[in-house]
Amino acid sequence: MSEEEKKTAAKKKLWLYLIPLFLFFAMTLLLFSGLGKDPTKLESQLIGKPVPEFEKLRLLDPSLSITQNELQGPALINVFASWCPSCYTEHPYLMKLAQSGEVRIYGLNYRDKRDAALNFVNKLGNPYDLIVHDDKGRVGIELGVYGAPETFVIDGSNQIVYRYVGVVTEEVWQKILKPKMLHDQPSAAKHTSAQEVTEAGEGK
Amino acid sequence: MKFFNYWAMVIFIALSSFAANAEISVFEFSNADNELRFNHLVQELRCPKCQNNNLADSNAGLALDLKTIVFEQIEEGKTDKEIVEFLKARYGDFISYRPPLKPSTWIIWFGPFVFLAIGGFAIFKIVTARQNSAERINTESDAIDAQAMVARWSDDVSDSQLEPSSDQTDTSEKQGPAQ
Repeated sequence: MSEEEKKTAAKKKLWLYLIPLFLFFAMTLLLFSGLGKDPTKLESQLIGKPVPEFEKLRLLDPSLSITQNELQGPALINVFASWCPSCYTEHPYLMKLAQSGEVRIYGLNYRDKRDAALNFVNKLGNPYDLIVHDDKGRVGIELGVYGAPETFVIDGSNQIVYRYVGVVTEEVWQKILKPKMLHDQPSAAKHTSAQEVTEAGEGK
Repeated sequence: MKFFNYWAMVIFIALSSFAANAEISVFEFSNADNELRFNHLVQELRCPKCQNNNLADSNAGLALDLKTIVFEQIEEGKTDKEIVEFLKARYGDFISYRPPLKPSTWIIWFGPFVFLAIGGFAIFKIVTARQNSAERINTESDAIDAQAMVARWSDDVSDSQLEPSSDQTDTSEKQGPAQ
């Protein structure tokens, strides 16, 4: 073996020895990228889809029913319940947000007893335009809700744009939810009613 | 006291297993086959609320709702696949303990086999390299042995042939240092 051959052979060996190191770095990158993610925050499967069909009673006036057609985006749908501690935490901010007139908020009263839910809104105030009384949690399942509080952003054509899991604060509204709503305003102008959207959706 | 603790634990474990059994039998199935399918499905479906529980083991309100849905759909005559698809459309692949085969899940499906192949290839390489070098040493040492034998043999031959003269050279050599 000449000197030159020996050198190339040594180089080849060096590359071979470096392979595990590269594999290690690749694995590290892969695992590190998942490190900051909160596994309890799942991405909604309904993004880009219209608000699912439902028919429920209104919480405040149980003599009237409510369907998806009564909801008019752009708006927020806030999933809440009187049994949910975090809902008490976010409630004052929802009041403030509703009073500011920046956005319409609909309530989905999730797996709750009517008395307890009425007590919640009567005592603490009602930030919601309409409240769906989802006593059995079926509307929640249609929306892929797995806890409360959750907040959905719907655009002007009643399509679901985003789902936020957790307490809505000033920061969450300003940095996450509001940009999602602004982003979808051009498409909101195209459609005027929820009926059109379902027709367009079926056309696809 | 230790004895008491031991029995308290045994009783607790026994009772808690009863509680789990009692919870499942809430549903009234129209036939035994449906019940089997139900029990199988709720084992494979994950509770979205509780991360590391299947529906069967979870007592969360949502898990109960989802079990009710699975029960209803089985009784309606839906297939297992239809029920899983229904839940996946709402809760995503997360709901199932069987990840689907798609580009983002290739690593969990094929990763182990890829690593196995890499490892197998590495071992194969190392072993063959070791065998080659071992063979080379053998042939090299054989060659050395042959050379040595030839050398010894020729030495012997030259020794026997040149015996008379070798004495001379010996004496001359012996004389050498004396000079």
